[in-house]
Amino acid sequence: MMTKNLGWLATPLLTLMAPAAHAEWALNMPQGITNVSRSVYGLHMLAFWICVWIAVFVFGWMIYSIVVFRHSKGAVPDTKLVHNTKAEIIWTTIPVFILIGLAVPATKTLIETDDASNSQVTIRVTGYQWKWGYEYVGTGVTLLSTLDEKSNAARQLGSGIDPFTVDHYLLNVDHPLVVPAGTKVRLLITAQDVIHSWWLPVLAIKKDAIPGFVNEAWFTIDAGAVGTYRGQCAELCGRDHGFMPIVVEVKSKDDFDAWIKTQQAASAAAATPSAPAAPAKAS
Amino acid sequence: MAYSDHTAAHEHHDHKPSGIWRWLSTTNHKDIGTLYLIFSCVMFFVGGFMAMLIRLELFKPGLQFFDPSLFNSLTTVHALAMIFGAVMPAWVGLANWMIPMQIGAPDMALPRMNNFSFWILPFAFTLLLSTFFIPGGAPAGGWTLYPPLVLQGGNSLPLAIFAIHLMGASSIMGAINVIVTIMNMRAPGMTLLRMPLFVWTWLITAYLLIAVMPVLAGAVTMLLTDHFFGTSFFSASGGGDPVMFQHIFWFFGHPEVYILILPAFGVVSEIIPTFSRKPLFGYSAMVYATASIAFLSFIVWAHHMFTVGMPLAAELFFMLSTMLIAIPTGVKVFNWCATMWRGSLSFEPPMLFALSFLFLFTIGGFSGLMLALAPSDFQYQDTYFVVAHFHYVLVPGAVFAIMGGVYYWLPKWTGHMYNMTLAKWHFWLSTIFVNVLFFPQHFLGLAGMPRRIPDYSTQFADWNMVSSLGGFAFGLSQVLFPIIIIQCIRGGEKATDRVWESAHGLEWELPSPAPYHSWEEPPTLAVVEHEAEHGHTM
Repeated sequence: MMTKNLGWLATPLLTLMAPAAHAEWALNMPQGITNVSRSVYGLHMLAFWICVWIAVFVFGWMIYSIVVFRHSKGAVPDTKLVHNTKAEIIWTTIPVFILIGLAVPATKTLIETDDASNSQVTIRVTGYQWKWGYEYVGTGVTLLSTLDEKSNAARQLGSGIDPFTVDHYLLNVDHPLVVPAGTKVRLLITAQDVIHSWWLPVLAIKKDAIPGFVNEAWFTIDAGAVGTYRGQCAELCGRDHGFMPIVVEVKSKDDFDAWIKTQQAASAAAATPSAPAAPAKAS
Repeated sequence: MAYSDHTAAHEHHDHKPSGIWRWLSTTNHKDIGTLYLIFSCVMFFVGGFMAMLIRLELFKPGLQFFDPSLFNSLTTVHALAMIFGAVMPAWVGLANWMIPMQIGAPDMALPRMNNFSFWILPFAFTLLLSTFFIPGGAPAGGWTLYPPLVLQGGNSLPLAIFAIHLMGASSIMGAINVIVTIMNMRAPGMTLLRMPLFVWTWLITAYLLIAVMPVLAGAVTMLLTDHFFGTSFFSASGGGDPVMFQHIFWFFGHPEVYILILPAFGVVSEIIPTFSRKPLFGYSAMVYATASIAFLSFIVWAHHMFTVGMPLAAELFFMLSTMLIAIPTGVKVFNWCATMWRGSLSFEPPMLFALSFLFLFTIGGFSGLMLALAPSDFQYQDTYFVVAHFHYVLVPGAVFAIMGGVYYWLPKWTGHMYNMTLAKWHFWLSTIFVNVLFFPQHFLGLAGMPRRIPDYSTQFADWNMVSSLGGFAFGLSQVLFPIIIIQCIRGGEKATDRVWESAHGLEWELPSPAPYHSWEEPPTLAVVEHEAEHGHTM
């Protein structure tokens, strides 16, 4: 009776053993598409399971007391049991070892995320109210990435449009960020107006975009992880904070190089006076 | 001591004024405690109402009710109301009622400042809440007030800053009062290491308040001058740094969350021994653990800022120091478990809330440990995983401890027992639905849902609906709380002085209801030793 209703936790806890395959009722973070993201996932799961085992022990201890040492069952309190220095030492020291067991992998992974050297591609990311700007440093290719118009129409207050009919509702943009797989890419992240934060869960990268400052991040996406991945702004930045998603299209290195050339050609064509007015990339 | 001679010569002069003027001018710690608790309860429902509106918008994907700016105002003011209007005043209210009675003192050391400390608050909150009705609306940059965003706020910014200054002044004065009272007015024989844990935790909390509230005042004043007087503390173009605000804010902010929870540790440390019929296990370990937590709370602040782009060494330092706080916190949990071990437990409402605290605060502690790991925090920061964590430690943490404390001491205050059945209904509904409301938010955060957004992608729909349903049920259940209290004030089965068979502490030596002026003559040494000896063996 006095189990504090924890039994229902068992099912979601057990199913957290694998990352959620199902989008709905999702329970866990993705393992991601880089070595770093997998290290982060591993650290997360290690911490999770340590917490589960500590919970089993501690809650078990509580539940035992609640069930066995009941006044209504005539239990007599052992009023002399008021302190035990050995116990205090043991339950201080064991947690220290558990923490060391967590601190070692955490430190290793943290150090890994810090080293952006030897990148082959550098992209400047700029947060605006409320969209992202991307510039491929050294190529002249820039683009602005804004919430896609179908999502934008549906999200208006009282629009009457069912979000379930919109493709990737709130996670779709007009111009995605294109990046190469199997290549070390460095991001230089900043903002134009207020603090934003660039977050792509499959990379385990979240870095604040701060006006006047440049933050650095890096990733090397698995060679086989070609596809489209989605994230969101992760720092309150005003009215439309929830409406400036991040979409990344991962191409193979060759396809990426080709894409860059196409973009450069397109902007060169737009720049020549005889060319028809190119559609403005600015919103 | 001189003052006991003085009070012995005093005639009993209950010439308190009546009506409104009594409440406006009172310098009596019981009256002021009552004022704080009523104010806190009202603000709990104000903040709670905002939470219900938030969960209403988040019930389904799509924007159905609120403009995103209004939604941002709701989340901002919900937090400010709950932290500064509900939880902190509740603790001050309990401190006012209980500390003098527990240490054998006739009142707080500075009774007129006590009155002033309280009456600042309704004024401050009127100011803050009025911003919903001015052009531009209420503050909408988050309760954390980060620049540059907060500097885009219009007319509400100066009002909000003024309100925060007032609340801060109130807290600082209250803290001074607590320290001076505890250090100077303990009855003879009431040594520091004989004080109830609630008094200890409040003593330590008071030092935290004095240390950090001025830091918040500094931070918001810099926002004010940046906005109106041409300074550029937080603007890069002027040579300043928005991240500096975050450092200053969280230097306040982290000790602040311990200010919110330390008195809860104290209350739970009173309740569990009483209903286990056994003294608190490891009294001195509990005192040292509380002091360690308070000390460590000053050197962990940047774990709120792991994604801001700090140098590696700083990230490592804050990660490791944050993990360290788990140790004394764990020690406390183990000591509570050991108190129950081989006790004789009964499950009246205070104990039910204390046990729920123990289970659910510990769950909040687990997510806190996970958040401490900086690389994983890159995935959790600013998502619903953080929202789940802090609501677990604040709602079934601080709020349940407050409710447990009220259910524990209400018969002493009113002289009546309350409706136990109704109180147990309040407990069970609260405990079940707080989990339905907040547990799924862990999943939402891990699945990728950021916080502070009014609308979300459809894959988050299912858990959001569950959470909202839990929220509505939880919110509705809270209506029972004031009903039970009001019923109890008006009447009920007469309470004995001891109220709870196995309670210890000087407050239980007083009649129920406690007289308007209590301990005008301090308790005798024998009484002090009797109440303390059973509580702890130091």
